[in-house]
Amino acid sequence: MPITYTSGEQIEVYRFSIPVTIGVPLAALFLQAFVPRRLPFFSIFDLPLLVTIFFAMARRNPISGLFTGAAIGLAQDMLGAYPIGIYGIAKTIVGYLASSLGAKLDVENAGARFLVTLGFYLVHAAIYFTVARGMVSLTLNWSWSRGILAGLANGVLGVGLYFVLDKFKQRT
Amino acid sequence: MESVLGRYRNLTILVGVLFLQVLGLAVQVKRTDAENTRLIRIWAVGAVTPFERGLVWMQSSSRNLWHNYFYLRGVRAENRDLKAQIETMRLAEVRMSEDAAQAQRLQQILGFKEQYISKTVAAQVIGSSGSDLSRSVYIDKGSNDGVAADMAVITANGIVGKVLRVYASTSLVLMINDQTSGVGAMLEKSRLQGVLRGTPNGEVILERVMSDEQVTPGETVLSSGGDQIFPKGLPVGTVNKVSPGREMFLNIQIKPSADLNRLEEVLVVTQKQERDAVADALTPRVRAADILAQRLPSVPDKPAGAAASASGENAAGGAKAVAQAEGNARPSAKVPGPGDPAAVPKNAVPKPPGSPTANARAADSESSASNTVDGKTSGAKTSDPKATAVKASQGNATPGEASAKTSTPRSAATTRAPASQAPAPEDRPH
Repeated sequence: MPITYTSGEQIEVYRFSIPVTIGVPLAALFLQAFVPRRLPFFSIFDLPLLVTIFFAMARRNPISGLFTGAAIGLAQDMLGAYPIGIYGIAKTIVGYLASSLGAKLDVENAGARFLVTLGFYLVHAAIYFTVARGMVSLTLNWSWSRGILAGLANGVLGVGLYFVLDKFKQRT
Repeated sequence: MESVLGRYRNLTILVGVLFLQVLGLAVQVKRTDAENTRLIRIWAVGAVTPFERGLVWMQSSSRNLWHNYFYLRGVRAENRDLKAQIETMRLAEVRMSEDAAQAQRLQQILGFKEQYISKTVAAQVIGSSGSDLSRSVYIDKGSNDGVAADMAVITANGIVGKVLRVYASTSLVLMINDQTSGVGAMLEKSRLQGVLRGTPNGEVILERVMSDEQVTPGETVLSSGGDQIFPKGLPVGTVNKVSPGREMFLNIQIKPSADLNRLEEVLVVTQKQERDAVADALTPRVRAADILAQRLPSVPDKPAGAAASASGENAAGGAKAVAQAEGNARPSAKVPGPGDPAAVPKNAVPKPPGSPTANARAADSESSASNTVDGKTSGAKTSDPKATAVKASQGNATPGEASAKTSTPRSAATTRAPASQAPAPEDRPH
């Protein structure tokens, strides 16, 4: 059973050092901006989203999660050509939901992480789509096939990435 | 109230943070200028681009090391091929320079303004926006290098986009396949104009072309210059697919000439120059006698050898001889009819020998005659026409040599100026 319900006392809460807290999101933003120019298929991944989900689920604190999501999303917006806040809003909500989920469920194994990442990718895409169309008037076309394909790809990458980032966890 | 806020503290903070972001977004959407977010964007760009710049530098250095020191196999063969290519291009240039000169003369007659790319800055692509939905890239040149917003960004293959935001040492370039971009474009053959736009999927389409127009796949698309960003005539792409669109417009899918997914080096057009069209020689005045001579039936063509020795015939006969000499190689070179702008013979009006105009035209006539007539009708000299044409275009052909090859009566009538007075082609007024 990949997702197990546990009581609050049984869930471990992790923290991260300041270099990791700042460096990992920056590295994700950098890779997201740099790698697709060399490997165009890499643009299907959303590394900042994966980092947001990881930090939010590991800290299990909704306030921390939403601020982490907001900071990473806004930084991603600043590098883009569109108004600042589209990614910010989407990642704020994802960060909040991921940390709330992490506080209630133990999502430490690979299967659970894959499903959670797939679900949050779709949630993130739906929020982005809504904000971009509703507020910024961008003409985006929703594609279920592309969304699910990208969600699966991000889920696979997320499992590997979370495994690497687990090494930076510190127990409180 | 406090207990409610305390109970739903997380949710309250979430709503507050979301509200602030929505508010900020609304302000940005309302204010179209990007100045209100400039400072925070500078911070983000300043944090990320130094790493990108360093990585690109390392990548290019290692590549240069490989290419310049280790991978020199086949350079000789490549050099030989390139030299042959240069020769071919020189021949093509001769023909095109003639066409260009004709176009310049016509533009001068019509008082057209011409736009030239007078200065460019080479830049390297160092990163992207980091979003799959926003098609924009960062280049390693900024305001310190003379780059400003709304400057055109191109490659040798075609246009890339325009500069959207400028920082001190980097700039954000919005590519033509972004859905918020718009470029004035036209089809090369039919000259139909439209607006080039990107789609959410990253494709490029040409809008605003009526559905009753004939557009064929494979047709070249050029910039029209209507957007005041891209100079007219730059390659944009080719028509990939044509299908009926909405509201009586065609849906024309374009394949960009520049590979937008694999950009490495680009050129930023930092300076454009607009000036009056200037022909390389003054527009000849047309005399009524010349027009009349064109309308009158001319004498039958003489054999090539006889034609070479003949001189002093009227301009109409000369024009016909030239047209026959050129044959089908140049479709536009036909015996012109009255009223046709191209009907004005370039050298139809003899000028007094020694005058600057006559001299310039004489040199022009000589090089032109050697390009088209030599080896075909004159019989005076049967050298390789290609070699002579190249020589003439380079200005290496001596005036005497060129004069000897000038066999048509038209040329003979207009090249009476002493050979020593004929200026070299590069000295001609532009």
